[in-house]
Amino acid sequence: MTLQIWIWLMIGITFSLYIGIAIWSKAGSTNEFYVAGSGVSPLANGMATAADWMSAASFISMAGLISFMGYDGSVYLMGWTGGYVLLALLLAPYLRKFGKFTVPDFIGDRYYSDTARLVAIVCALIISFTYVAGQMRGVGLVFSRYLEVDINTGVVIGMAIVLFYAVLGGMKGITYTQVAQYCVLIFAFMVPAIFISIQMTGNPIPQLGFGSEGQDGIYLLDKLDGLSKDLGFHEYTSGSKSKLDVFFITAALMIGTAGLPHVIVRFFTVKKVSDARKSAGWALLFIAILYTTAPAIAVFARTNLIETVSEKKYDEMPVWFDNWEKTGLLSFNDKNNDGIIQYVAEPEINELTIDRDIMVMANPEIAELPNWVIALLAAGALAAALSTAAGLLLVISSSISHDLIKKIIKPDVSEKGELIAARISAFFAVLMAGYFGINPPGFVAAVVALAFGLAAASFFPAIVLGIFYKRMNKEGAISGMVIGLLLMLFYMTKFKFGWFGGGTSEDWWFGISPEGFGTFAMLINFIISLVVCHLTKEPSKEIQDLVEKIRIPSND
Amino acid sequence: MNKKAAKEYWRQNIKYLVVLLTIWFTVSFGFGILLIDELNQFKIGGFKLGFWFAQQGSIYVFVILILTYIVLMNKLDKKYNIK
Repeated sequence: MTLQIWIWLMIGITFSLYIGIAIWSKAGSTNEFYVAGSGVSPLANGMATAADWMSAASFISMAGLISFMGYDGSVYLMGWTGGYVLLALLLAPYLRKFGKFTVPDFIGDRYYSDTARLVAIVCALIISFTYVAGQMRGVGLVFSRYLEVDINTGVVIGMAIVLFYAVLGGMKGITYTQVAQYCVLIFAFMVPAIFISIQMTGNPIPQLGFGSEGQDGIYLLDKLDGLSKDLGFHEYTSGSKSKLDVFFITAALMIGTAGLPHVIVRFFTVKKVSDARKSAGWALLFIAILYTTAPAIAVFARTNLIETVSEKKYDEMPVWFDNWEKTGLLSFNDKNNDGIIQYVAEPEINELTIDRDIMVMANPEIAELPNWVIALLAAGALAAALSTAAGLLLVISSSISHDLIKKIIKPDVSEKGELIAARISAFFAVLMAGYFGINPPGFVAAVVALAFGLAAASFFPAIVLGIFYKRMNKEGAISGMVIGLLLMLFYMTKFKFGWFGGGTSEDWWFGISPEGFGTFAMLINFIISLVVCHLTKEPSKEIQDLVEKIRIPSND
Repeated sequence: MNKKAAKEYWRQNIKYLVVLLTIWFTVSFGFGILLIDELNQFKIGGFKLGFWFAQQGSIYVFVILILTYIVLMNKLDKKYNIK
């Protein structure tokens, strides 16, 4: 069978599966629409959380990023897994005990204030929108490469699918499609990795393979360090960023992960507190399978790439080289007209530009794996992008129908009315996401990474203090969130878009990059919250009792 | 649950958190970032030790930490008759 037929087959089967699940799990009440009736098993919720969490970026871009960054790429590996420890220990059990539908629910009730609720809604919307636009773009990219349709058509197809199951099934539909999507994406990620690991090192476990010897008896990592140095790049296993910056970026990604509303809300869908803890454990285990494999793929791909192209004749390049050249993601410019590819760090001499996103997608072709593996990878990438997009859209729609309409604007709305409002907001959220997918504002790519900084700087302190510090009051929490969010927005727009006079890396405060600044803004948030809290009066007895109640899993 | 038991339960929970989060910090920020140069002088197989902690080891420890927390808290729940 040709590659094209395989791809249509794989995508056809997986998409029918998602749509079938959506019809089977149609939501009938707001409770089912927002939190799947709080009846999801910890194992299913763990898988759904993992799929929700691992986006097109984790699936397509991360291994590629690491393969170009080497040690510096560790910030993503530790940052995007370590946050689950915080989530499992500091947030999930207590938020589940609190037992409402959304993050603004918690902030609004715990801080007995609609102002606090409104600030939380704004934070949730800013974070989710920046994030979802990137996902739709990812869907479009995959479709355009593999189905040979235009990127925009790809985005529209993706929108139609997400629209169908998010609007119909709500959280219930999303949860069970995410379970299916996790299975598809992890299988698609692991199969090529295992094949390549066997090819290069003889070891079928990629996590061990990249620390083993290659066929020439030299440790793969030593070889890659040598190759990198010869070509003028920094040594693969050591970094080029400052330790302080690596520290701050890792912390911002970890804390941001724990503060992302679409991840937190997944813990409202299980039956009880102990299930919330269990599902955090399952989730991290499922995520860790991909996250420990990614650095192995990075090493295999990088070594393979250098050995295939460096100092080789352009005319003798394999077919995949032409395929990816056509997409514009790979380009060769023969500067010295010798017909040989010079791939080096020095920009004056270097003749090959490689978009990091192709490393995972082109890997099976570079390693000459069979067609069905390549088709599987396409289905996996789509599963990753769609599952995350759906989770985010649900946060957007519940922020509007539940937090804004039901809790602030029109508290007497009927259950049926609220459900209709939820579906309408989901519908418009999909349209907006699609619009940004088709017309990506230049800032999307830059901002997706910064969504973590925003989550860390705004939500995390308010939630943690709300649980662990009874004395925390609304004045403290609101001022902390507002200042944290504004400070992060200021720093990000200053150094990313050149507002407020702009600046270069020379002007970074204490040498902290915008990606790592979320940690700094979070610390400021904590300080402001605590200072303001002590200058104003303590919360009422009822609120303090509420805090004591959420700390204990039992109901009496 | 009475007030005294609730307080004890919470205090024990905090104790677990402090210990587990200390380990969390040590393996990631400690071994993977701050002490990386020192650890990189040792090797296991083809991995420099610090590099291994940053890209593999810390993640395995994270999983173990959550699993430990689940077991500890289930035991604690049982002790205080929480279902």
